[in-house]
Amino acid sequence: MPLTGNVILDLVLWTVIKFAAFVLVFVMGTATVLTWLERKYSAVIQNRIGPNRANLGAWRLGGLLHMLADPIKMLTKEDFAPDTANPWMFRLAPLVAFVPAMVVFSVIPFGPGEHMMIANTELGILFIFAIASLNVYGSVMGAWASNNKWSLMGGLRISAQMVSYEVAIGLTLCGVFMIYGSTDLQDIVVAQGATLGGVLPAWGLFTQPVAAVLYLTCAIAENKRAPFDVAEAEAELAAGYWTEYSAMGFAVLALAEFVEIVLIGCVGATLFLGGWQIPGVHGDTPVIMAAQVAAFLLKTLFVIWLQLTIRWTLPRFRYDQVMRLGWRILLPAALVNLVVTGVALTWIDRN
Amino acid sequence: MGKLVNRVEPDLVLQSYVVEVAKGVTLVTKQFLRNLFGRKDIVTVQYPEDRRAYTPRFRGKHLLTKRDNGDVRCVACMLCATACPANCITIVAAEHKDADVEKFPTTFEIDLLKCIYCGFCEEACPCDAIRMDSGVHTLPTFTRRDQKAGKINLLELAKLSTAAQGGEHRAESHAGAQHGRGGHH
Repeated sequence: MPLTGNVILDLVLWTVIKFAAFVLVFVMGTATVLTWLERKYSAVIQNRIGPNRANLGAWRLGGLLHMLADPIKMLTKEDFAPDTANPWMFRLAPLVAFVPAMVVFSVIPFGPGEHMMIANTELGILFIFAIASLNVYGSVMGAWASNNKWSLMGGLRISAQMVSYEVAIGLTLCGVFMIYGSTDLQDIVVAQGATLGGVLPAWGLFTQPVAAVLYLTCAIAENKRAPFDVAEAEAELAAGYWTEYSAMGFAVLALAEFVEIVLIGCVGATLFLGGWQIPGVHGDTPVIMAAQVAAFLLKTLFVIWLQLTIRWTLPRFRYDQVMRLGWRILLPAALVNLVVTGVALTWIDRN
Repeated sequence: MGKLVNRVEPDLVLQSYVVEVAKGVTLVTKQFLRNLFGRKDIVTVQYPEDRRAYTPRFRGKHLLTKRDNGDVRCVACMLCATACPANCITIVAAEHKDADVEKFPTTFEIDLLKCIYCGFCEEACPCDAIRMDSGVHTLPTFTRRDQKAGKINLLELAKLSTAAQGGEHRAESHAGAQHGRGGHH
């Protein structure tokens, strides 16, 4: 197809529309609701009431308006930076943490067909790894630029922890690529439309159950949330890497964390829960396609719920336990999973 | 003798942590659903609207008691100001028209920011004039000046004292009794 003005316009226009619909509406919407939901959900679990004060006159809506009140508060507060902080790095860090988390959504297939993703590249999951790893720089930069020893300790912990779990999560997902024979997420989802023995859907959860558990563990650790939130560890490090952040700088760092929760949900749903596939439903009528997009979003929400619940179930690991779990248990487990998958695939091929 | 604890040696299933996490997630979800739909275990008190009752001995904001005729009961003896470890009570005394009462306070000011709510003032008071049983939790204000409670402010919460009182009234009801402060018979 020649790149005439109209084609380029089409391309740009559709990309912008898809980006707006998926990233701005779904991802940012979910992340924003999560800022309220996380507090409310944890409160109800712990026999509390949680945020319920923000109101529009008589309407409190169960505190839902807190997610509107918070940005107003964050924007009008003093944006404080310590005198001794490195001003450029300090201001840049939240952006460096936030932008990669947003960009990676461009390769997630949210529906059937090559048009139901923002950027149709063959890199797929490799792109996600390459870009998502960048956001550790944001946190570490912020920690270092704060010129505060607690922040720095938090930053050191993040860098060590993220690098460790990056290795394990990479090896874990290799098993999935081997089974479906592609790194393109759309190919992987299409391959998950088959069935195992005509009964079970060929989802990653059933073909690679060990990898599914390892993925969730590593992903939560990557996102430095409880039980792996040693980087903020308020009992030891004040608030860790974001101790010195206030107002919108803090809000952006916190929002990056929530966006990453959605990302983990999207990737988890795509690789292990069959993406947009609904078992037994095939076809390309608009109704079915809409149902499949909805199925993908629901699966994403399920993984998000799982992350929240795990966060409020488990106590925080000690730092040495985090590192031991990463290097001595998850990494060998991922390797064993890889070898077993390889042997099994070869055996199936031979027979 | 300590209590013997039967420690379970962790087997592989327990050590893998997966089953235990699943159990934990189930428990948390159960509690969540129960608090959402079923019997609520919520313990939060919605403070400004709902308040927990204070105990009768709670030392709240001070109050000055009144005489039967509505005058302030305090005789400006300065015992409370002397007993106060925080030095937060300022009293300016003046002559009372009743010779039996002798004195009364023209100013009685408590700096609530300095007060440590120890209750020594009410212990020291021989006339049951200052009390802390208002049950009122001192509220925050925007200026320090507003935290200085004067006589009028302290009398707003006033109660009638149940103790016998001195002065004219005592002379009428207990004629012939010996001179002195109320409460002794």
